[in-house]
Amino acid sequence: MNRIDQRFSELKQQGRKALIPYITAGDPAPQYTVGFMHALVEAGADVIELGVPFSDPMADGPVIQKACERALKQGTRLVDLLEMVAEFRQADTTTPVVLMGYLNPIERIGYEVFADQAAKVGVDGVLVVDMPPEEADEFGPLLKARGLAAIFLVAPTTSHARAATICAHGEGYLYYVSLKGVTGAATLNAEDVAEHLAPLRDMTDLPLCVGFGIRDGVTAAEVAKVADGVIVGSALVNRIADSVDAPETIAGQLKSVLAEMRTAMDA
Amino acid sequence: MTVSVTETKFSDLTRMPDARGHYGPYGGRFVSETLSFALEELEQIYLSLRDDPDFQAEFDRDLAYYVGRPSPLYHAKRWSDSLGGAQIWLKREDLNHTGAHKVNNTIGQALLAKKTGKPRVIAETGAGQHGVATATVAARLGLECDVYMGAADVQRQKLNVYRMRLLGARVIPVESGTRTLKDAMNEALRDWVTNVDNTFYIIGTVAGPHPYPQLVRDFNAVVGREARRQSLEQIGRLPDALVACVGGGSNALGLFYPFVEDDAVAMYGVEAGGDGVETGRHAAPLTSNAPRGVLHGNRTYLMSDEAGQVSDTHSISAGLDYPGVGPEHALWKDVGRVNYVAANDKEVLEAFRELTHMEGIMPALESAHALAHAKVLAPTMRPDQHIVVNLSGRGDKDIMTVAKIDGIEF
Repeated sequence: MNRIDQRFSELKQQGRKALIPYITAGDPAPQYTVGFMHALVEAGADVIELGVPFSDPMADGPVIQKACERALKQGTRLVDLLEMVAEFRQADTTTPVVLMGYLNPIERIGYEVFADQAAKVGVDGVLVVDMPPEEADEFGPLLKARGLAAIFLVAPTTSHARAATICAHGEGYLYYVSLKGVTGAATLNAEDVAEHLAPLRDMTDLPLCVGFGIRDGVTAAEVAKVADGVIVGSALVNRIADSVDAPETIAGQLKSVLAEMRTAMDA
Repeated sequence: MTVSVTETKFSDLTRMPDARGHYGPYGGRFVSETLSFALEELEQIYLSLRDDPDFQAEFDRDLAYYVGRPSPLYHAKRWSDSLGGAQIWLKREDLNHTGAHKVNNTIGQALLAKKTGKPRVIAETGAGQHGVATATVAARLGLECDVYMGAADVQRQKLNVYRMRLLGARVIPVESGTRTLKDAMNEALRDWVTNVDNTFYIIGTVAGPHPYPQLVRDFNAVVGREARRQSLEQIGRLPDALVACVGGGSNALGLFYPFVEDDAVAMYGVEAGGDGVETGRHAAPLTSNAPRGVLHGNRTYLMSDEAGQVSDTHSISAGLDYPGVGPEHALWKDVGRVNYVAANDKEVLEAFRELTHMEGIMPALESAHALAHAKVLAPTMRPDQHIVVNLSGRGDKDIMTVAKIDGIEF
């Protein structure tokens, strides 16, 4: 069983919700990323989304744009991310890792080569922001054949018909984008999210995880009441941005942000 | 990436894109999920209107009485004689209202925006011509208008920035990335994903997610239809060659598309060679045979490094300073229908000065790329042969750039 499915099945048995932190790999420099991943797990992460830095992150707000710029300035490449995952796996064989980013770096490596390498180093899922299911008919099966989950987004603007298609293609979990906008833009409305998740429940057994607009323990706990998982990105990346001059303090800060959410969600 | 381009015949090219917006292995709709709904909606509206006689009549009326079409096909006799070869004819898109071909498309998209009932339009712009053309139609229809423009381009195209502001648009300088056209497009997409309920995105070139490459081509194809008719009337036959500059590629597709099945008509798309394609400092993804990649919603030739990060581009012309190119051009390169070449900054300036001196027509620096190639091509042809060059825009906006090169301060 894929680590993602395994993890969600354990959580379900425990009656708990998944906490899914996102960080951009290579931010503020590549040598810190694996340490951050372990710190996030210690603070209660169930799944880690590792961002692949890209020169033109069109769906991201300024916080993650700048994280990409910092990571790219340090020369972080997709092949480096794969090495980071391999290193992470030496000490952690159970926490699922999802790579999240844009298509072009993967196109450049080649779909099949990338899928082979990702599977080999212990990646569990891939979420390509600018690749909806309609464009994934070549890449999706290559991932599936290697036991990697192709994770897709659902948005507030997604029609019923599209949602059905996405549910049919999606694996691992569905990433529900809580609001119209870019990452880090605003605070979500939990009632609104609940309303949008309800019809998805009828379409799929996939866990429904919610991202965009989760800032603190309060919003995380609100979302956890209606969703199967809570995804937090900009709130963590902000901490990295604030401490680029003192990188040794970052792991501790990430832990405290995430631990607050974990506590609020489990309360 | 599974479609074989070698099986594509020239006659198939008029039937592109396919139902999913693909041009062979190129094009498509690579966007984040939030925008899928708006693109499906736009596609439906466009498909329902493109063959609607009332919509076409309204479009044609606007082009005639607001834009001033048809634009003339002008025989640049003195310049042709001096080059000593083929006769060069200029398709005078520079004489359109707002001074470039860009308005053909913004008129069309504004009509679509009106149908959606959305009160706000946004646009990205490089040289500012598309921004001006968008601000113009927004003023006419009473729509709120925000234009994203790379901060570097805001500096080099101050005149157009002020024109847009006079027209009532807000010009938002984009400070991220390379601060040029691609970054303006990123920011426009971020705006659209946030305000998709009340905002219509007027994309200015034949790139972006489906259906934009198709509808921008269709709205600009009036250029080629007129040029074809005018060639038959004024030359007595079709021209031997067409030449147009290619950044995203909208003026080139507009001219080329109605000729695509005329096998005897050679076509040249001229990219921005910058300091020279061999230096790596250019904006010529097709000529340099850049890798295939995905940016701004479509797969195409895309200048990027080995890790898939989009490369910096260099060109004297803000309107061509873009690392990708419309997906239909990518296909036309692969099937060999169009020859893609580059003109470097120095050649472009020479052509700019030459046309200004010899014909009294000051071309946009973008269009001067096409002229620079016509200058190379004409002497290789006979005087009884004919080249149609798309003079896609006028050069008033570039006077400051050229003056600066001449060391003149105002």
